Amino acid sequence: MTMTVKPPATSRKPRIDLRERPEIVLVPAVFVVVVAGWEFLLEPLGVEAYVLPRPSQIAASLGGQLGDELFWRHLWVTLQESLAGYLIGVAAALVLGTLISQIRLVERTLMPYIVAFQTVPKVALAPLFVVWFGFGMTSKIVMAAVISFFPMLVNVVEGLRAADADRIQMLTVFGASKAQVFRLVRLPTALPFIFAGLDIGIVFAILGAVVGEFIGAKEGLGYLLLQTNYNFDISGMFAVLVVLSVLGLVAHFLIRFLQRRIAFWAEDSRVIGA
Amino acid sequence: MAIRTHRASATAATGTAEESWIEVGGLQKFYRPRRSEPTHALSDIGFTVRRGEFVSVVGPSGCGKTTLLKILAGLIPKSEGVVRISGRDVRKPIPEVGMVFQSATLLPWRTILQNVMIPAEVQGLNIATHRKRARELLSMVGLDGFEDKYPHELSGGMQQRAGICRALVHDPAVLLMDEPFGALDAMTREHMNVELLRIWRESGQTIVFVTHSISEAVFLSDRVVVLSPRPGRIAEIVPIDLGRPRDISLVSSDAAGVYVKRIREHFNGAGAID
Repeated sequence: MTMTVKPPATSRKPRIDLRERPEIVLVPAVFVVVVAGWEFLLEPLGVEAYVLPRPSQIAASLGGQLGDELFWRHLWVTLQESLAGYLIGVAAALVLGTLISQIRLVERTLMPYIVAFQTVPKVALAPLFVVWFGFGMTSKIVMAAVISFFPMLVNVVEGLRAADADRIQMLTVFGASKAQVFRLVRLPTALPFIFAGLDIGIVFAILGAVVGEFIGAKEGLGYLLLQTNYNFDISGMFAVLVVLSVLGLVAHFLIRFLQRRIAFWAEDSRVIGA
Repeated sequence: MAIRTHRASATAATGTAEESWIEVGGLQKFYRPRRSEPTHALSDIGFTVRRGEFVSVVGPSGCGKTTLLKILAGLIPKSEGVVRISGRDVRKPIPEVGMVFQSATLLPWRTILQNVMIPAEVQGLNIATHRKRARELLSMVGLDGFEDKYPHELSGGMQQRAGICRALVHDPAVLLMDEPFGALDAMTREHMNVELLRIWRESGQTIVFVTHSISEAVFLSDRVVVLSPRPGRIAEIVPIDLGRPRDISLVSSDAAGVYVKRIREHFNGAGAID
């Protein structure tokens, strides 16, 4: 052997280096500064607490909500609507996106309609869905599905087309069929895009459900938000907003976690919004 | 080394094809873009390669050497002429051929071993026996211990060596190489040339090697096919009588220099050749 190469050392434990990742300190620091400023500076500035409640009041309100069984009922409803709509929208986008990217005729036939429909502000459809599907969960599920469908579709189509020509050629030389090229190169190449679509989609789905609840509902966090608004319970509104943010964040990190596990080779992929 | 050699298994094959394993005759290639004038890429190319022979193709940039190789690989169709490998007309990629590309084109989501296994996998060959062969090949090129690493953990030279293993794993009779070391630094390149000759000696493939480096072609080959600038036609076929095995010191020897000078004279004024 002319050259011997030592295999690199296996599994080094990741050590947290503050010089490399200053955000570990800076992010909580900003939080503390903003919350403290919000808590103690508004009083001298003359901003009334009933207009902009203090963090301590919001925390108290949030604590009250979390102890209320009815609140959990609202959260559960919104969660169901978002997830059901998300799964429907995302699955439909996966199927249609695959067909569009792989079959020229499907693309040419459907693309004009998709572009046309994409320009419609989906939120504006919410009243229509309530008329069609009623005040129950169905109208919100449809809303969440429609609104999470498009970012997913765009990413699936783009991702399935992003495969490197050299890689396809390499597989072709070794005798791969079209189906094998799809499985071995196109699909893995699309995965980071698909995760980007999933990531945007989940946030959109929650948005869709809440907007649907604004228009007409008897339960859900959107409904609760309106109720607190009518009662001029501003700290109550903030509490709901905090819960909605946490919901979105948890979903986002869950998908990021799955992405790092499944599409581990592409840390930062191109994200396509819609 | 326990690598199954092609020479050993080849002796039983048809005796007549022994003389000319690859036949190219009257080969023409035109590119006909839809809205512009057709380009004449290759003109009246004719040469043969004997079984087990190492033939290089050199020529200035844009002379069609890569086009020629892609036609041999069955990746692009010829316009006119005869292209045969082991007596069979080449119309699409054939399993008797392995190819090494300008870049290693390893799939980042597969380990080195999984990458090397691609030809066996797409051709539906026995996985267990070919995995054993893949490990032997990797060990032969000094990559033992790297089987389960991912491509980004390897240097460019190591990736290209894995690419060579991938081209050899299904034991093809013919190895086509398209400027495989063009992207490597000079030191690594020399080292890879020596490695390649050693692999060739052990595995006995028929090799067609495209390069724009005259000295590389002289060092490696039994014969060098010299192409003229576009449209590429054969300027000369130069037999390199430098004996075997060859040592890297041969590169700077007077004997090799004579060949390099003779080939270079074809390109005086043609430019774009090192």
